Amino acid sequence: MSPEAPPFTCPLPVQQYANVVLAHGAGGNLMHRLIDDVFVKVFANPDQEAEHDSAVLECDGVRFAFTTDSYVVHPLFFPGGDIGSLAVYGTVNDLAVSGARPLYLSAGFILEEGLPVETLHRVTQSMQAAAQRAGVTIVTGDTKVVERGKGDGLFINTAGIGMVPEGVSSLPAQVRPGDAVLLNGDVGRHGIAIMAAREGLAFETTIESDLAPLADLVAQLFDAGIEVHCLRDCTRGGLASALNEIAATAGAGITIDEKAIPVLEDVRGACELLGLDPLHVANEGRLVTFVAPGDADRALEVMRRHPLGADATVIGTVTERAAAPVLMKTFGGIRILDMLSGDQLPRIC
Amino acid sequence: MRFVDEYRDDMHAERFARAIARITTRPWSIMEVCGGQTHAIVRFGIDQLLPDEITLIHGPGCPVCVTAVELIDKAIDIALRPEAILCSFGDMVRVPGSAKDLQAAKAAGGDVRIVYSPLDAVRLAGEEPDRQVVFFAVGFETTAPVNAAAVAQAARRGIENFSVLVAHVRIPPAIEAILSGPDNRVEALVAPGHVCAVMGTSEYEAIATQYGIPVVVTGFEPLDILEGIHMGVTQLEHGEAKVETQYARGVKPQGNATAMALMNEVFTVVTRKWRGIGAIPYGGLALADAYVGFDAERRFGLVDYSVTESTECLSGQVLQGIIKPEECPMFGGRCTPEHPLGATMVSAEGACAAYYRYRRVSAG
Repeated sequence: MSPEAPPFTCPLPVQQYANVVLAHGAGGNLMHRLIDDVFVKVFANPDQEAEHDSAVLECDGVRFAFTTDSYVVHPLFFPGGDIGSLAVYGTVNDLAVSGARPLYLSAGFILEEGLPVETLHRVTQSMQAAAQRAGVTIVTGDTKVVERGKGDGLFINTAGIGMVPEGVSSLPAQVRPGDAVLLNGDVGRHGIAIMAAREGLAFETTIESDLAPLADLVAQLFDAGIEVHCLRDCTRGGLASALNEIAATAGAGITIDEKAIPVLEDVRGACELLGLDPLHVANEGRLVTFVAPGDADRALEVMRRHPLGADATVIGTVTERAAAPVLMKTFGGIRILDMLSGDQLPRIC
Repeated sequence: MRFVDEYRDDMHAERFARAIARITTRPWSIMEVCGGQTHAIVRFGIDQLLPDEITLIHGPGCPVCVTAVELIDKAIDIALRPEAILCSFGDMVRVPGSAKDLQAAKAAGGDVRIVYSPLDAVRLAGEEPDRQVVFFAVGFETTAPVNAAAVAQAARRGIENFSVLVAHVRIPPAIEAILSGPDNRVEALVAPGHVCAVMGTSEYEAIATQYGIPVVVTGFEPLDILEGIHMGVTQLEHGEAKVETQYARGVKPQGNATAMALMNEVFTVVTRKWRGIGAIPYGGLALADAYVGFDAERRFGLVDYSVTESTECLSGQVLQGIIKPEECPMFGGRCTPEHPLGATMVSAEGACAAYYRYRRVSAG
């Protein structure tokens, strides 16, 4: 592409689909377009800081974070977790990466007529165990039932509140050129585990989701006085989406080294077979941390002492905004690492 | 990972690149046929490693890209019928037909299911006797054998509610169409490794002889492609025009007899319309007479249906190697993976998608 070529984002927002399609839920470009065009346009609050995983609000001098997430995972039970533990950890993690100590969750259940109560028991036990592990309490909730065929077994929404300690903040706007980009472990496990369970794909070893509560790991970083500028958990859309979102919001560039990103052999093998890119596959126990350059080594030390950061590593640096938000050093040079567009589609031949 | 990592070693890649530069004395234009090879080239920056004298032309080897727009419209028509379940490989789901794609049909209530194997569709038909299960059989000679096996299995098991919407295309006639075209600049071929794993190399002997060009049957990893190009340039520099096999670990000259026997039993060679290129005689496969009862077009009354394609999208020129994706005025602006104007921007093997996804920056 010639140097004078136009930027890679489309200047005309073409509304391709008059109806919602599955890809709108995939965490990539299409989903962001929908959120911006439909929700942000109407709900945007000029007093609020630019979008991050939770809303950080202030009331009477106290800062708290508030977030919500809905869980529609299928199958309900998968290697490494279930919809219940996911509903707890997912929301806890959204609070944690906003700098908050998670405290309370609500849990709303939409049950499909015919769901075995036994299943509901299993999910609830799992949620309680997860809440205890994450140090939060589920304090309120709601239950609705819809007719058979109108809801896929069970959907859960959790909303969460946490307190943001004095002096702590995690915001894309704080990210600066020179910052180190850290990743707490290998990527791609959750998406592959779900896909394998859903499609009945059997690999030689069972790949388990990396689902885990990250609040404690984050707290360790702040408690150690590390100069953390921003955190983000890498969920739908994978590491690539998280980096692109931060870079775009921060108006900065990020350059990463493909060789530095840990991926388990099993996950890599599954991705090769299915034609997927591990950088776009969902995670549920991974976060990227942007720290001041001088604190990178100490941050790694702190993370590696924690079970969920044992494989923590520096994967790149923040730069001035370049040809694209995220660049990646790879075989043969440097290329652009884009967000997903829609769903990842497996190969045909 | 075996068979992957060793073929992606960047030090070896650079050695190959230097070896190619050493033997290249003049400009050469080489076409890699298969979309998987195009993706590897763009993803791993092979074109950047090669000396400037070597021009790579991207060929039509993406079966999703060349599936006629009528067939996509037919698939959508079938998907929207309440009694039908349309099973497809994932790639086809976002390819635009004349009005919409299968993904939009699914959102409108069509039962569209992504499968990894046509045998899954046969199994589904067995499990859902009250529905008509249709498999969208897209692909080159690589996927034809397993699709043939699925039809044969359905016949053996008496599964009558199964049918196939056949969109198979054959590589050699398309290559000949390109090589005999007025704008042809191709001087050597990097031939598709997996197609030849099935079909063997005999069809390419005829091409090498008739058109006087080197043909190197090549694999899909970066080192495979570099080695294939090295072998091709060596021939070009010596004025040779023969078939060689780089992808020896996958390809035998006689191909896979069992696979070919299945294909010959279930399919017959026909003229087929390639999207963006036009009708190519002998360019496709259709069900043979003995299996025509499994043909979805007949079963759903969709045989007579044709569509004039919009002239806006330049996929056809990209597929024939006449222009590169970035030379298309819509590339990256009006045409991106989110709102593609044609199949080459959607398909995982499409040249436009490869260029968009792996686009490079000139940096240090």
